[in-house]
Amino acid sequence: MNINLTLLSQAMAFAIFIWFTVKFVWPPLMRAIENRQKTIADGLAAGERGKSELELASHRSADVVRDAKQRAAEIIAQAEKRASEIVEEAKSAAKDEGGRILTGAKAEVEQEVFRARETLRQNVADLALAGAAKILRREVDAKTHADLLASIKAEL
Amino acid sequence: MASDKELTPTSYMDHHLTNLTSSVGEGSFWTLHVDTLVMSSLIGIISFGFLWWVVRGATSGVPGKRQAFVELAIEFVDNQVKSTFHGDRHAFVAPAALTVFVWVFMMSALDFLPIDIMASVYELLGLHNWRSVPTADVNTTFALALSVWLLMIFFNIKVKGLGGWIHELVCTPFGKNPLLWPVNLLFNLVEYVSKPLSHSLRLYGNIYAGEIIFLLLGMWAATGLAGTLFGTVLGAGWAIFHILIVTLQAFIFMMLTVVYLSMAHESH
Repeated sequence: MNINLTLLSQAMAFAIFIWFTVKFVWPPLMRAIENRQKTIADGLAAGERGKSELELASHRSADVVRDAKQRAAEIIAQAEKRASEIVEEAKSAAKDEGGRILTGAKAEVEQEVFRARETLRQNVADLALAGAAKILRREVDAKTHADLLASIKAEL
Repeated sequence: MASDKELTPTSYMDHHLTNLTSSVGEGSFWTLHVDTLVMSSLIGIISFGFLWWVVRGATSGVPGKRQAFVELAIEFVDNQVKSTFHGDRHAFVAPAALTVFVWVFMMSALDFLPIDIMASVYELLGLHNWRSVPTADVNTTFALALSVWLLMIFFNIKVKGLGGWIHELVCTPFGKNPLLWPVNLLFNLVEYVSKPLSHSLRLYGNIYAGEIIFLLLGMWAATGLAGTLFGTVLGAGWAIFHILIVTLQAFIFMMLTVVYLSMAHESH
């Protein structure tokens, strides 16, 4: 255990190594580590932001879906209303048409009845005329007694 | 191993515990332990060169295994410093702590080199007396401890001013009463003397004792087959245990450095 000049030399070497570490070893690595820490922090923040954006977007999409559903329901309701309107219109139109056809048919029937009655009356007049002629046993001139016959016919 | 003399336990121990000296002037102070200087500088250049090499290509992206290892070591030191020192540690204290830790650890780790095989290698290089472990030389540990001690005084004066430091020397820890001044001063002097002594001798004692144990086991191995077997087994056990001691001593040395320097930064 003898103290000698080695002590000073070792102290000098120590000083040089400290200087070297302070100057060349420590700062670059600390810089690298700090940069990495910053990158990681940024990444985490970006992730957080992405998450909140996703949440926002999902809210928005839910809103959009709800709106669309509402609109669809409205459209369906409108369509149903319109359909029932159309059905009602068609019903009333059909009823009108039916009424018209019915009146037409009634008028025709009445006409037919009238015509038949006319024919019947003619036939009865002819029959009565033939009967009277037979009764009078003489020939009644249809042409001469046209007035008479016509009045009879009208009375029938 | 020394082959020109008769081999006795004493000569064996002497051989392994003698430094290669080089005289640069008159008197016993003006000598250099060449082995200590060369080995410590060599291991320091290798260690810090490695760190520098890794750090120069450091990426802030995903680090490679090598960079991750260096980052692990540096962050370990940085965390220790952070918990003790409250100031701008990046300017000086943390890198200094890293220097102390890495250098002391690497110098002490030279103790793992098998002592007799290394002696034969050095013999081949023409170096008869050559000690591998710089921290088993009290000059190294004193150099480190005294440098830290001077840094402590430097930071004391830098942070508190010369007046503030002297005020602290005479007024703490017992009080400001002028009657207590001499007691305070004596107390602080003892503290200032004991700090570098305990700082350096703890490391020196541990590593030197470790080396002695290896030597004793080596001598046992020379006594016969049983001695060789036990020497081998115990030597392996001691080497494994020594890994813990070396790491622990480097850590303690670094922590004390940090604690002393942060105490210098804080006023009472």
